[in-house]
Amino acid sequence: MTLAVLGQLGDAIDFIFDKREGPGGAQVGGDQLLPLLREHLLITIVAVAIATAIALPIGTWLGHSKRGSFLVVSITNAGRAVPSLGVVFLFFAVLGAGFFNITLALILLAIPPILLNAYAGVRSVDPEAVDAATGMGFTGSQVLRKVELPLALPLIFGGIKTSTVNVIATATLGPEAGVVTLGDPIINPSSYGDAGRLGAAILVALLAILAEVGLSAVQRRLTPQGVKLSGQAAPRRRLLAISRRRIAPTS
Amino acid sequence: MTSTPFILAQSSGGFFRNRSGETDSCVENNGFCPSWIVHHIDRYVSPFWQHLFLVVVSVAIGFAIAFALALVAHRRRWLVSPITQVTGVLYTIPSLSAFFILLPITGRGSTTAIIALTAYTLLILFRNIVDGLDGVPEESRDAGRGMGFTAQQLLWKVELPLALPTIMAGLRIAATTTVGLAALATYAGAGGLGDQMASQKEFISNVAVGGALCVLMAVGLDAILLLAQRLLTPWARARTV
Repeated sequence: MTLAVLGQLGDAIDFIFDKREGPGGAQVGGDQLLPLLREHLLITIVAVAIATAIALPIGTWLGHSKRGSFLVVSITNAGRAVPSLGVVFLFFAVLGAGFFNITLALILLAIPPILLNAYAGVRSVDPEAVDAATGMGFTGSQVLRKVELPLALPLIFGGIKTSTVNVIATATLGPEAGVVTLGDPIINPSSYGDAGRLGAAILVALLAILAEVGLSAVQRRLTPQGVKLSGQAAPRRRLLAISRRRIAPTS
Repeated sequence: MTSTPFILAQSSGGFFRNRSGETDSCVENNGFCPSWIVHHIDRYVSPFWQHLFLVVVSVAIGFAIAFALALVAHRRRWLVSPITQVTGVLYTIPSLSAFFILLPITGRGSTTAIIALTAYTLLILFRNIVDGLDGVPEESRDAGRGMGFTAQQLLWKVELPLALPTIMAGLRIAATTTVGLAALATYAGAGGLGDQMASQKEFISNVAVGGALCVLMAVGLDAILLLAQRLLTPWARARTV
């Protein structure tokens, strides 16, 4: 049994690196996967970028004005409870197949983590730092831009990272709505074979891990020197309710 | 798109007729049809329980493993970081990928789905249990030691009860996210509400009911866990009164 499993694994890896004739007769695997990868990355980047453009300003503004905690927590909980499969299917059922429609579903799924982390990041900024800035004559928007945002940056980026990994995972469902992402060999194995399905599953997993590791590295570089020097003290001072609810792997 | 329900209606043998035998125009137009939903709610019952089974089993096994890991790491601090990293990788692997990576080993069915969903919950639960135990005030530990508690007694009578709110918060997050992910179990051949949604993914009412039942299950589990937490921590209630 072990040998059979290893054989299938080997076949799947072979599928990733070399193209072959699929069960449907078309050439699949190897460099034929590149368009799928491109579509997968494109849809991820577009969805995360738009979600960030929407959620980041709202989250930071709510955090700055210390309002809307109920709203943010509700949206986060809703985002957690709504199944991604349901959202993708519903957008497909209502709007039909297409790149734009699935992107819209992915944007919706990407918003909650970014919103929550932007809010929690700004809220968790040491009030003394804000007081000091206000004492120096900073206006509200200056406090936000020059004090709160830089200090909140690691958490904000953590939210974007979480959303990116989630979107990479959910973009696998793209073929259900007619968008040929890396999920195609998984959703439609008849034209790729079992090796193709396993190969694509491995590729999507690697892509998600790569995104997590890569974005974590960027996140560490974004952490202001002062926050790094004071060790873990700063990120630990989160708003209690939020920090307990937040499981976004930000550190 | 407009012709899809018609094709489906033929292929599923009058499925889109309601029980009185008339053709439902709402269903033909692929709308959101409350009357169709009311008449066909029974087809969601068994997938619902199947779904709940996947979630409860996965979270329970995940909690048992995470709890054991956290207790070990609580005594040997150096283990926290490697365990976090390994469970972090398991958390990052998309469930859909995990199903098909496990497929050659465990085959199609609920075993595959449960292993993948369990693996996903580990990071959330482990981290919250460790955080909870770390958050116990040193004074409370000292008081326990002063009462002559052994390390074992200290853990069960002082540290774990005080860590309970954080641990329960982790359980609530794990349960609600697993409900959403278990919808994907249909790809592992494990049934559940995802199966029901995928069977007619073009039909709005069907997808909406399936999704709504998932949300309902998540909210219900969350409420049960919150209630359990309140019953298990009577002192917290006394404090807020």
